[in-house]
Amino acid sequence: MSSTVAGLVQIGLLILALAVVYRPFGDYMGRVYTGTKHTRVERAIYRVARIDPESEQRWSTYALGVLGFSFVGVALLYVLQRVQSLLPFAYDRGAVPPGMAFNTAISFVTNTNWQSYVPETVMGHTVQMAGLTVQNFVSAAVGMAVAVALVRGFVRSKADRLGNFWVDLVRGTTRVLLPIAFVFAIVLVATGVVMSLKAGVSVDGQTVATAPVASQEAIKMLGTNGGGALNANSAHPFENPNAWSNLIEVFLILVIPVSLTRTFGTMVGNRRQGYVLLGVMGALWSAMLAVIWAAEASGLRPLEGKEIRFGIPGSALFANATTGTSTGAVNAMHDSFTGLGGGGALLNMLFGEMTPGGVGTGLYSILVMAVIAMFLAGLLVGRTPEYLGKKLGRKEVTAAAVSILAMPTVLLIGAGIAAVLPSTGAALNNPGSHGLSEILYAYASASNNNGSAFAGITVTNDWFQASLAVCMALGRFVPIVAVLALAGFLAEQKKVPVTAGTLPTTGPLFGSLLTGSIVLVAALTFVPALALGPIAEALQ
Amino acid sequence: MTGVFHPRQLVKSLPDALRKFHPRYQLRNPVMFVVWVGSLLVTVFAVAEPSGFTIAVAVWLWFTVLFANLAEAVAEGRGKAQAESLRRTKKDSVARRLVEGGEERVSGTELRIGDLVVVEAGEVIPGDGDVVEGIATVDESAITGESAPVIRESGGDRSAVTGGTTVLSDRVVVRITTKPGESFVDRMIALVEGAERQKTPNEIALTILLSTLTIIFMLAVVALQPFAIYSGGEQSVIVLTALLVCLIPTTIGALLSAIGIAGMDRLVQRNVLAKSGRAVEAAGDIDTLLLDKTGTITWGNRRATEFIPVNGTSVDVLVDAVRLSSLADGTPEGRSVVELCVERYGRSAELTEHEKTGEFVPFTAQTRMSGIDLGGRQIRKGAASAFAITDEVRLIVDEISAEGGTPLVVAEDDVVLGVIRLSDVVKPGMRERFAELRAMGIRTVMVTGDNPLTAKAIAAEAGVDDFLAEAKPEDKMALIRQEQEGGKLVAMTGDGTNDAPALAQADVGVAMNTGTSAAKEAGNMVDLDSDPTKLIEVVEIGKQLLITRGALTTFSIANDLAKYFAILPAMFAAIYPQLGLLNIMGLATPRSAILSAVIFNALVIVALIPLALRGVRYQPASAAALLRRNLLIYGVGGIVTPFAGIWLIDLLVRLIPGIG
Repeated sequence: MSSTVAGLVQIGLLILALAVVYRPFGDYMGRVYTGTKHTRVERAIYRVARIDPESEQRWSTYALGVLGFSFVGVALLYVLQRVQSLLPFAYDRGAVPPGMAFNTAISFVTNTNWQSYVPETVMGHTVQMAGLTVQNFVSAAVGMAVAVALVRGFVRSKADRLGNFWVDLVRGTTRVLLPIAFVFAIVLVATGVVMSLKAGVSVDGQTVATAPVASQEAIKMLGTNGGGALNANSAHPFENPNAWSNLIEVFLILVIPVSLTRTFGTMVGNRRQGYVLLGVMGALWSAMLAVIWAAEASGLRPLEGKEIRFGIPGSALFANATTGTSTGAVNAMHDSFTGLGGGGALLNMLFGEMTPGGVGTGLYSILVMAVIAMFLAGLLVGRTPEYLGKKLGRKEVTAAAVSILAMPTVLLIGAGIAAVLPSTGAALNNPGSHGLSEILYAYASASNNNGSAFAGITVTNDWFQASLAVCMALGRFVPIVAVLALAGFLAEQKKVPVTAGTLPTTGPLFGSLLTGSIVLVAALTFVPALALGPIAEALQ
Repeated sequence: MTGVFHPRQLVKSLPDALRKFHPRYQLRNPVMFVVWVGSLLVTVFAVAEPSGFTIAVAVWLWFTVLFANLAEAVAEGRGKAQAESLRRTKKDSVARRLVEGGEERVSGTELRIGDLVVVEAGEVIPGDGDVVEGIATVDESAITGESAPVIRESGGDRSAVTGGTTVLSDRVVVRITTKPGESFVDRMIALVEGAERQKTPNEIALTILLSTLTIIFMLAVVALQPFAIYSGGEQSVIVLTALLVCLIPTTIGALLSAIGIAGMDRLVQRNVLAKSGRAVEAAGDIDTLLLDKTGTITWGNRRATEFIPVNGTSVDVLVDAVRLSSLADGTPEGRSVVELCVERYGRSAELTEHEKTGEFVPFTAQTRMSGIDLGGRQIRKGAASAFAITDEVRLIVDEISAEGGTPLVVAEDDVVLGVIRLSDVVKPGMRERFAELRAMGIRTVMVTGDNPLTAKAIAAEAGVDDFLAEAKPEDKMALIRQEQEGGKLVAMTGDGTNDAPALAQADVGVAMNTGTSAAKEAGNMVDLDSDPTKLIEVVEIGKQLLITRGALTTFSIANDLAKYFAILPAMFAAIYPQLGLLNIMGLATPRSAILSAVIFNALVIVALIPLALRGVRYQPASAAALLRRNLLIYGVGGIVTPFAGIWLIDLLVRLIPGIG
């Protein structure tokens, strides 16, 4: 089988698998977030944590819940890393240095999983399992909770409550993430992924590091986290041993973001509203896959750093899935991609992570973009803009604007300062336009909570550790608060009935409008910067 | 027509435009304020390092601000002209105020609410109020532009009078209902001048979006400098500012307030006075339109459709009599009687010599009949109650009434000859208008006091979507509430005092100028022509206002693509020669490219002023069709136009020494 055919078969199988689970899984998630019953485990958790699962929250309370929970998460994770030497299974990996521990804590709580450390030498198994993996679950559940709260904002009428954050968090974790991750951890072990509490194995006198990989690997993908238990991430045979594990990992990356469009359609009472979002995500995702694949296939660069185990299609598919979903796991070094291929991966992030985006974050990001697109569309048809029966006025547009502004702001400011810092030159592997691409990629990855690394840049100095942590935090929580505010404003409104004058948002016209808006906003914001990085590189 | 834009207006508005350079004005508009600051910055640098290029950029950036000011000034200027003519009607009149035991003469400005004033033929009504005594004909042309006098009388729905209008006949006593300085004319002047103009909700939301875009572009441009330094090609402040001004949405930013002012202006030109811009925007959102049957859907004046002889009178005799009774009757009903005589019975519409000797007896409120005295014959027609009628006649009269028609009894020398049936006739073109409304997604509901049978027949003939028969004012109110409960926006017209609650409840309530003060106070618009079908135009103007904003925003954003292709290679081809490939317009030099983009950006504002003032052409169509059309024209057009424009400007700019 030629590599092209193998690639097409992989993509075909992937789409088939996603199509099979789309309906049942999407509807299942809808029931998870709309059901009124609590499982025994959940009731126990609520009792211990003193949560009244029946009381609902205003948007501000919901947002405070997210922020408080995340803040505590950062603090716990930081402390856990700092006291590593006291923990079991540390294998002489001492306390993580403060800057690195801070960066890592923010990184995992924000669902970014940017890794400025080398796991094999820095993180012991206890921190990995009790710290990083826990955040892999709950940070993903937070993203889903925020998305569900926004959907409720559209659904509810004249309401001031958006649901209960703690209930959404617990249900997302216990009913969606844990069971699937459990099953697929075992499946991945079956494909050959390592699961070991030992520090390493000795092979021909050399010690090869091992870790409890499989249990992390499943949630690393499923929760669009991306933080590898090993430094080479999914390029490492222990994390991703063969074509089957590769396909399963890509499937896990995409399954929640894709299926959430079904959940959305079900919850708003019109499945076609969800299909059109899926269509937009799918169109952009496919287009970018074609770009990256074609760029890599035609690349004339030397094979230095190129991944050859999965071949060009396998690398392109993985790269496209991981950057289009804010996952950030890699099975090939994006730094070694061609100018256009690496630029494609970068552009995927610059779209704002909504093709299809991270778990929950992808759905709420594309809904925010839809709000902006429908505002303009409403003006163009001469009606006060509305989307899903809610008017888009001053408050709604402001919230959507703040949400959209956050990412480019922190990205451009961070990358701009980094570009002229004297210390940056030493951190870069490459000079010139490729070096700028490396800087842009790092800040795009952090600001979009992607976490993938271009890997040509050493990010361990204090500036990078601190600035990237700030980018991750603001890139995550400013949009979340704005999105919850938007949800609150929407829920307050009475629902506008659909009349003959309503602009339909279920057809290809709306789809193209939304697609155009996503591309245009990204292009207009980032073309000047890209011109000096990937564009200059690609035109060489 | 005042709607047409003349380049002359640009020159005339120049002084006002120059005044608007004051930062106080600029601060109101975030996008243009950025341009203003940028112009200042570039000027400082151009003075420090004068060259043909730096000076040209500075000059054209100032032009960008000037053109934005001009757009607003032109829009305001047209309002000012209208205000001027209105103000002329506001001559300080002398009022004859009724006081204990007589009257005193005071200045119109001293009148207070509740004062009673006497106005006689030839005098100007000193303030807004209601007629509480008497009946008079009034010339309202100063306000409405309509020269035909109107009747104002106490009690009833035609009691409201407007200050500044002139009584032509008779004497009335008016109770003043507004304070001086807050009269209808005062409000109208303030509105057309834009003095009271507040940003509408939609405009505010759009301004937020435009500010967001401006912030994004500022970030993109500011961050570009460190990237440029990193790449070894530091940029001058002048070039970066030029790039910023080209990218931020200056086109819509410059024209936004002009669009709003012009939208109100278009309403005023159609003699509709909106009390707020919010109402105009709401008009574009209307889901349900309540229209009174009489006067709106059908001719308010019913038309003769049948002559019914009684007491054994022959049809010929009856037709002769009705013709004679109506020949000199200039009312629409009278004319319709003659028309029926001509069309169905082949009679002449002209008076013979003999007939000209007759004496026309006009309708009076006391006799309730009109007719002609001709050679001893007294022919009269009028309401049934004005005649002594037999049971046979009463039966016919009642039947006509029951069917929604109006019976007119015809008699000669007090002997009843027959009955004229006046019926509602649906105005021509109504069916098409309702179809248009349906295409726009608006449901029309006909409201009538008729019985359901008649109402249904007329509703079907007119093509309305629904009807409310035997409607009492409470029913109208209930219908509005019910629609609003479901989240729909409702518009209606009304004139009577009993319409006032419904007018206030409706999202858009258009009161007829002929109506009562209560109705005019309750509605959020007043139609000076008192033409209920105007509501349809109001809806269109509301939509047009939003579409114009949306279209120019789309155009403005779409323009940026070409500007990137012009400016980015100009900035960076020196360090990365391969970026020269992006110069697909083949612009001569980096300087000519940047200058051409700046010039295009400024000129496009001027080029679009007429569109902003006139509004984007609106054709009733489904929302999806409108979106597709406008995206094509202003989105795709917005992408293509600047490529051509910048290329053309560059052909000229490259000829300037030191730039080309």
